Amino acid sequence: MNQNNHPLLVTKIALLLLLWGTGYALSACEVRGTGDLGIVIERASGSIQIIDTTQRISLGRVEGLGDLSHASAVYSRDERYAFIFGRDGGLTKVDLLCQKIEKRIIQGGNSIGGAISQNGKWVAVSNYEPGGVRIFNSNNLELVSDIKATPLSESKRSRTVGLVDAPGDRFVFSLFDSGETWIVEMRDDGSSTTQKFSGVGIQPYDGLITPNGRTYIAGLFGEDGLALLDLWHPENGVRRILDHYGRGEQKLPVYKMPHLEGWASAGERTFLPAVGRHELLVVDSSSWQEVGRIPVHSQPVFAISRPDGRQVWVNFAFPHNDTLQIIDTESLEIIHQKQPGKGVLHMEFTPRGDEVWVSVRDKNRVEIYDTESFELLKTLPMETPSGIFFTNRAGKIGL
Amino acid sequence: MNRRVATAAILLTLSLPLPAIADVGALSSERRAEIGHMVKQDCGSCHGLTLKGGLGPSLDPARLNLYPEGFLEVTIFHGRPGTPMPPWAPILTPNEIRYIATQLLSGTWYEPK
Repeated sequence: MNQNNHPLLVTKIALLLLLWGTGYALSACEVRGTGDLGIVIERASGSIQIIDTTQRISLGRVEGLGDLSHASAVYSRDERYAFIFGRDGGLTKVDLLCQKIEKRIIQGGNSIGGAISQNGKWVAVSNYEPGGVRIFNSNNLELVSDIKATPLSESKRSRTVGLVDAPGDRFVFSLFDSGETWIVEMRDDGSSTTQKFSGVGIQPYDGLITPNGRTYIAGLFGEDGLALLDLWHPENGVRRILDHYGRGEQKLPVYKMPHLEGWASAGERTFLPAVGRHELLVVDSSSWQEVGRIPVHSQPVFAISRPDGRQVWVNFAFPHNDTLQIIDTESLEIIHQKQPGKGVLHMEFTPRGDEVWVSVRDKNRVEIYDTESFELLKTLPMETPSGIFFTNRAGKIGL
Repeated sequence: MNRRVATAAILLTLSLPLPAIADVGALSSERRAEIGHMVKQDCGSCHGLTLKGGLGPSLDPARLNLYPEGFLEVTIFHGRPGTPMPPWAPILTPNEIRYIATQLLSGTWYEPK
């Protein structure tokens, strides 16, 4: 009997040791895929939560990321690391598997988003103060290029906005105060060349790039219309589109600037949030002519299309930021409306669009909805959540 | 502050109607808390959660106190034409605007690091 039991006992002990070892490994650095992971920014507490969209759970919280108002994130091409851009100039590289800060630097005084290059080597950050774009090695966050924006006075340079990545390891951004769009092309050694386009319009406030990486568009705050740059033919310069939009109409006060990133491109039509109006603009994606306007609840902030392009989800500016509207892109009708609560700040679709995660700041939670039935599937507690970023952004141009 | 800005600020202050005389004491503590939340979260989307600045300038009380009396209230009330600063008169009462201006000048919500 003893003889029979002995190997069994050894197996048991071995198994226990193995389980203990695995448990230890899980709590330190998990061995798993990252394709269904993401982060939620907790803007007031300077933290993020790492979430799993398959199980609809939070895996944990990473703290110590500084002022995260208006924070955004991009991902390394292996979808393991998130690069988070904070308002206070912080650039933080977070390891999703180990749930820890890999490296954190304060690279500027006041920042407004960033981008990662096509080859994954370079991370660029757009700064208000000091005005310009700084480019870092994505491995170690060492500065490789410091692009200084156009000087406005001896001590001040233009603020930069609307920074995106473009094919060919390029970064494109606009200069709010000097009305320019610049293309920075990276070389393998981290040095860069800059091509400048001036007179694009008054106060470009944000920019976007089409999902195919061809067209860069800057929204203008100081005048009507948008500034378009064809990156296949930059020699043609920047041209104005939709410049009759809103002419002679009184704009409403703008309490929250609309975002162009994550804009809705649904087949032949593109949906853009209008500045200072309770409307979405419907634009033909090839001619860039306005083909319609959709009256909506209030001033739109984000208009984001479900990955299949069938629906566009819209949230709104203060003081009407408690509402979400869903538009059918074929009929252009509002097919559903929700009131999750004050501070609906951002929406992110799961990679194939079956579900959408919505941050509801003042309720301190994220709500997960089914995008066909619009049913609330689950809520997760978060501290003043704002931006939600899923890892599948790693494979997308301009995100 | 340079002289041109100061002159412009004074002219702006004089040229626009001031909100009616406001009585800050009339605001309930509940409403004050709501306003504090709004300043941090919604004004903070341009001026930064710590009010150190963003698209909008820093709301450092040391800087704000350089402007003439009433300038801040007028700015909040009417906005700053030509900049993204919107007028808050459609949303806030003169009392509430005065309360915000007073608190900004004393640095209640300003969190330098």
